[in-house]
Amino acid sequence: MTPDGMTPRYAAEDAAASVTDTGAGVVTNVSRRAFLLGLGAGALVLAVAPAIAADPPRRYGGDGMPGGLKDDPRLFVAIAADGTVTIINHRAEMGQGVRTSVPLIVADELEADWTRVKVQQAPGDETKYGNQNTDGSRSVRHNFEPLRRAGAAARQMLVAAAAARWKVPAAEVVAQNHTLSHAASGRRAGYGEFAADAAALPVPTGTALKLKTPAQFRYIGKGKVGLIDNRDIVTGKAQYGIDTRLPGMVYAVVARPPVYGGKVKRHDAAAALKVPGVLKVVPLDGAPIPSAFFPLGGIAVVAENTWAAIEGRKALTIEWDNGPNAGYDSAAYRAALETASRAPGELVYDRGDTYGALAKAERKIAAEYYVPHLAHAPMEPPAAVARVGADAAEAWACVQAPQAGRALLAGLLKLPEERVTIHQTLLGGGFGRKSKPDFIAEAALLSRAMDGKPVKLTWTREDDIVNDYFHTVSLERIEAAVDADGKPLAWLHRSAAPSIGSLFGPDPKHQRDFELGQGLTDLATAVPNYRIENPEAAAHTRIGWFRSVYNIPHAFATQSAVAELAHAAGRDPKDFLLDFIGPARRVDPTTMKTPNYGEDPARYPLDAGRLRRVAEVVAKAAGWGRALPRGKGLGIAAHRSFVSYTAVVVEVEVADDGTIVIPRVDIAIDCGPQVNPERVRSQMEGAVIQGIGLATIGEIRFAEGRAVQSNFHDYLLPRIDAAPRAIHVHAVGADDYAVPLGGVGEPGLPPVAPALANAVFAATGRRIRSLPIDTQLAGWNATGTAAG
Amino acid sequence: MVTLTVNGREQRFDGNPEMPLLWYLRDVLGLTGSKYGCGMALCGACTIHLDGVAMRACVTPVSAAQGRAVTTIEGLSADGSHPVQQAWTELNVAQCGYCQCGQIMQAASLLKDKPKPSDADIDAAMVGNLCRCGTYTRIRAAIHLAVEKTGGGA
Repeated sequence: MTPDGMTPRYAAEDAAASVTDTGAGVVTNVSRRAFLLGLGAGALVLAVAPAIAADPPRRYGGDGMPGGLKDDPRLFVAIAADGTVTIINHRAEMGQGVRTSVPLIVADELEADWTRVKVQQAPGDETKYGNQNTDGSRSVRHNFEPLRRAGAAARQMLVAAAAARWKVPAAEVVAQNHTLSHAASGRRAGYGEFAADAAALPVPTGTALKLKTPAQFRYIGKGKVGLIDNRDIVTGKAQYGIDTRLPGMVYAVVARPPVYGGKVKRHDAAAALKVPGVLKVVPLDGAPIPSAFFPLGGIAVVAENTWAAIEGRKALTIEWDNGPNAGYDSAAYRAALETASRAPGELVYDRGDTYGALAKAERKIAAEYYVPHLAHAPMEPPAAVARVGADAAEAWACVQAPQAGRALLAGLLKLPEERVTIHQTLLGGGFGRKSKPDFIAEAALLSRAMDGKPVKLTWTREDDIVNDYFHTVSLERIEAAVDADGKPLAWLHRSAAPSIGSLFGPDPKHQRDFELGQGLTDLATAVPNYRIENPEAAAHTRIGWFRSVYNIPHAFATQSAVAELAHAAGRDPKDFLLDFIGPARRVDPTTMKTPNYGEDPARYPLDAGRLRRVAEVVAKAAGWGRALPRGKGLGIAAHRSFVSYTAVVVEVEVADDGTIVIPRVDIAIDCGPQVNPERVRSQMEGAVIQGIGLATIGEIRFAEGRAVQSNFHDYLLPRIDAAPRAIHVHAVGADDYAVPLGGVGEPGLPPVAPALANAVFAATGRRIRSLPIDTQLAGWNATGTAAG
Repeated sequence: MVTLTVNGREQRFDGNPEMPLLWYLRDVLGLTGSKYGCGMALCGACTIHLDGVAMRACVTPVSAAQGRAVTTIEGLSADGSHPVQQAWTELNVAQCGYCQCGQIMQAASLLKDKPKPSDADIDAAMVGNLCRCGTYTRIRAAIHLAVEKTGGGA
């Protein structure tokens, strides 16, 4: 099973030779069998028309990301003489389907026959491929336009090559489904016959580039293409980071400080070294707070196999200095956040006179919503193999950000970046955890300590949960009121949550703009008196991105409070939600100073009409308003995130003992055009289940500075018996190519928990303000009779 | 010395017989289709068949396989043609795919015992297999599809 071709090539600089075929787990040299369009190595000029404005315009979207966007077909397309088309995918595959959906964009414009397309994974190199940081629901959203250009340019180069050899006008040559033809002369040829000629031609740009019309799309928007890695996945051949094997490889695990900021006071390795198979015990330095992407340090055990390393680690004796966070206790911290949220916090946004309106209003609510820390717990824990030589390093890793791994290794190993190669394997889940390349650095440091032997570093599940970059913890206090007509009048939202900024610098103790911009400052609401405050919340552990990030607590609080206020006003929650959003209109994001996910405020306004529409579509589809007996209920929530619009209706049944059954969930998404509707659907299904999990059972608590939970017996994830009988996904606006693309991987998650909490209220009259629900509903029906 | 059969081939192991089968399969034999997920039989990513019955390789010592037949995902079918593998492919069950080898091995074992399982049977049999991506509704559908493919006689 060891992939024979996985021989190391230190910092291969040849464009064609530095490509890892993740699907097959074999490094192949494309240039041996394929003609890469273009001449490969060296600097490449971005083929987009320069802006003419006198002042350089602010860059948005992918253009504003490090590395920017690339649309040069020579980077992404190789065509072999036998016609096999190889498309380079430069984004991380972690279950969202990018290894299918991203190459599909190129293949469509290229008019390639998908059955003759192979996908190869790019190594981490942002200078070459453009931005590779796979998070923020950006892969398809940012790459749709440049990769269409790349595919179309390659198609036109093939057409031009055929026209030249056939001595006919290029306009008369048709490229269709892997075939070039000229009707008048009856000539036909496959793509392979003209690949070499085409590669020598200039790349068409600007007005010379002829994109398809959406009506001509062969794959985009159809959802008929299966996953490119399906076969490898179902036969066990798919290669994840943890599956990498190199000749002479040794295996390592690390005992890390259990408390953030802690370090080893003293250790004794004698017993560990006696465990059969253990080769070496290696102390690792850790970075002080803020640790950013640097390893936490600790004591590593290197062995002949993973099990020996784990057994060796058990035999270590380590005394820890737990450092400044030794007292972190999640119950005490929650109380501190509650206290903070009961006094005015840093002002974020203000319109009208919220305090005045609240003071005068007769019908109002005040509620505090709590969402605990969560661990990402991807099924594949962090794992990497590294081989470090004197003047070069190479690593294979399940990393969302290979470019960040490259920079980290270059810094730690004191090598120039071009001497560091990061091969990106498949990721067995990511959810934001694998945006951080700390584990690659551990593998590299250990390889150096083992004199350059390849080292596989595996995080056990306990490591993964105890030393995660945890999802933030949050206390959201909302005070809100309706007017005499039962319409939303005033809304005060105080959001207290430690910031991810604490990972990279002095703790800001307040959420930063990009965090507030996830469900607070980007909220299109018609409430006339509206105020957002941000009380202090210090960080006591590593805080990191978790799928949909601060949208989780912000949406849970807001969408729960909307339903609470509807109840206080005696209104239907769906009708009231629509009033809360207000009439269809486009709000300029700059008026709320929201970062808008880095997108152009003119192209991506806060579109109240789109938010209303997903809510209306999902409500209708779910049969909103149908009568249900006590113990059953429907709940609704709607939310904009990652410039997409989602709404959810959950149907719930609550048994007398508080057990929750979810027969059905409806979710509507408007993410603009859908390149791969099949994967959009699967992302919505997965988000629904992940949302149910965090709403009902997910929680990481801290005591004496360390995470209390450590494996799946106490950190609970939803299992198949918790999955709804049916999840109905409703696509809204998927055919409107006038609208720019929105994100897909994350937007499904935020509305799920509040929709579920609202359904629970409809079923039981019990309002859930603290997640997870866990046993909170036990005995809810002590005096009544539940349905079902 | 432990002697066992792995995917039809006889193997001898003279290392520590207490080593869990999972690490023997992955690190010694290089069969990486069986996945590590928890090491405590809590997630099912490592599910294999021991004499045809689904087992968690992460808590099964190599010694327990003495004289017995181990089947891993690599040996479930020669070419990915097992009805469960076909159904998984047809319905695009996988998201990240990491847990799916274990899911497929568990589902194949279920269908051997119960050729026509109900949703409740499926939930009961598959409850030990975690999927963090949340592919459960498709897993249910794929198991029903596999039943159709075999006419209920897998």
